Amino acid sequence: MTEPRMIEISPVTRVEGHGKVTIHLDEENRVEEARLHIVEFRGFERFIRGRLMWEVPVIVQRLCGICPVSHHLAAAKAMDMIAGVDELTPTAEKMRRLMHYGQVMQSHVLHFFHLAAPDLLFGFGAPAEKRNIFEVIKEKPELGKRAVLMRKYGQEIIEATAGKKIHGTGAIPGGINRNLTIERRDHFLGSIDMMIEWALDAVKLARDYTQEHEALVAEFGSFPSNYMSLVRESDGALDLYHGSLRALSSTGDLIFDQIPYTRYHELIVEDVRSWSYMKFPFITELGPEAGWYRVGPLARMNTASFIDTPLADKAHAVLKAETGGVPNNSTLANHWARMIEVLHCIEKIRELLNDPDLQGTDLIAEGQRREEGIGVIEAPRGNLIHHYKVDEHDQVTYCNLIVSTTHNNEGMNRAVKDVAVKHLSGQAQITEGMLNHVEVAIRAYDPCLSCATHALGQMPLQVELFDAEGSMVDSRRQSI
Amino acid sequence: MLLIGYGNPGRGDDGLGPAFSERIAERSLQGLEVDTDYQLVAEHALAISVHELVIFVDAEIEGEHAFSFKEVQPALPQTIGSHSFVPETVLSLCTTLFGVTPCAYVLGISGLDFGEIKEGLSTQASENLVEAEAFFLNWLEHRALEKGAAHA
Repeated sequence: MTEPRMIEISPVTRVEGHGKVTIHLDEENRVEEARLHIVEFRGFERFIRGRLMWEVPVIVQRLCGICPVSHHLAAAKAMDMIAGVDELTPTAEKMRRLMHYGQVMQSHVLHFFHLAAPDLLFGFGAPAEKRNIFEVIKEKPELGKRAVLMRKYGQEIIEATAGKKIHGTGAIPGGINRNLTIERRDHFLGSIDMMIEWALDAVKLARDYTQEHEALVAEFGSFPSNYMSLVRESDGALDLYHGSLRALSSTGDLIFDQIPYTRYHELIVEDVRSWSYMKFPFITELGPEAGWYRVGPLARMNTASFIDTPLADKAHAVLKAETGGVPNNSTLANHWARMIEVLHCIEKIRELLNDPDLQGTDLIAEGQRREEGIGVIEAPRGNLIHHYKVDEHDQVTYCNLIVSTTHNNEGMNRAVKDVAVKHLSGQAQITEGMLNHVEVAIRAYDPCLSCATHALGQMPLQVELFDAEGSMVDSRRQSI
Repeated sequence: MLLIGYGNPGRGDDGLGPAFSERIAERSLQGLEVDTDYQLVAEHALAISVHELVIFVDAEIEGEHAFSFKEVQPALPQTIGSHSFVPETVLSLCTTLFGVTPCAYVLGISGLDFGEIKEGLSTQASENLVEAEAFFLNWLEHRALEKGAAHA
């Protein structure tokens, strides 16, 4: 009889930051429990206290080297509210939207082509040395070049709107500090049609994968859940920058709809569990057992009534049709959703570049100052909430952030367990390929763990196998 | 020549790379393009593909000396890790995608204080930064003299 044992995957590869998976097997090698542990940097909320409100949109970018723009914009929206500005000037709002679409597009492209493509192209159980971007480039060299050029396009948009690549200063309380020059506009317009074409190809690639692997996609980390995102206030359309909150059940019934995001704390509660540093949010009225939900690209495809750009809307309709119009519950369908959002972002960028408001000079609005502000956006990985209070000296006295990875905590844990049970249970020997199945499920959520420390010599991958007494019986280590 | 300083200035000494590149950028040295970023990513392969020589500047965890300076070659990692690449991977991606391989060096500046959410460098890291800058400027000068002699 085999001893009960525990497998630990630490940290999870191709996931930003520090993550660890523990899998407990019983005497028959069946998976008893599987959990994702993430080290969350709660210290940032303390770090931000005492800062002047004007510097917060810049400082919060230090949270993360991957999606600093998301934090920049969410904080700026919260500070708009404190500055008493409920409506930005057209130039300010459109410049911020341009920045956001550039950010979401380049983030999704990186994830799909560089982090997910090796698994999708070569299979989850392929040898580790095969599962990397270089092997993808060998098979599809043009795809590799496109990915780099699309990333560059998005990064250049961020630089043009935020001012610089790191610690951008574009969004300020009440508006923006620059417009887009004609020269930069024309530069971006020069390749926008090519970007649209490439995005259409990417949607096709992700859709074909999903449809050609229908059985795998249907069972792999697939389970019903609630979904939550912002949607456009007037009509429920997909809106990544601004809107009100909508939540759906797994069967598509509305849980709440068109609720101002300033009431987020009435709608969701953050639960605590003894084994995890990261909280587990749930929808208040449903309770912790039934109220957990997922956010992110697929959640947005599920919650949005439609998409207000024609090509992405058509792609959205195809995705919705796959499940007969009810929410799609497949973890792997996130990749398809992500590419639809890339197409949407590029269509939006084209629309904005052709709008003369981007060259406007009315950049900042003013209002009656408040003491509290809440900013919410749909970041690449999902809903992102920034909440601040300031005192009479403009210093921050309270800060609460709920990031996408926290919203998805329960969903990722369920995906890990689902995949572990289906692919590891009862196996006499656990191979690296089997363990990668678990990581594939996590990567589909593209979790970003707010850690950009990467100094030389850090971040090894360690896989450890423990017996029932807690003694390590196997260990693997490699650089990542 | 391209110099890329990278790291997160909000994580203590991890900001050594950006601190270095910003100091060098202020000097507006002829023939030297300077870039600052949080981390190395795929599109740096495109950026370096149009340069003959690239200097990557990063923080080094408790290095033996104030700084290290070594030539690096393209190399495939065992696995592609998180969103950030190492210089060898960027070089390899550049070779694979664009068919060129610039000559490249890594300047690793030793730091002590990582991980905490904190702005500013430790005292020791600040001293190491100054030493590394003096070394690099001297290296540049010698390189220019050698090139001049070769052309003479």
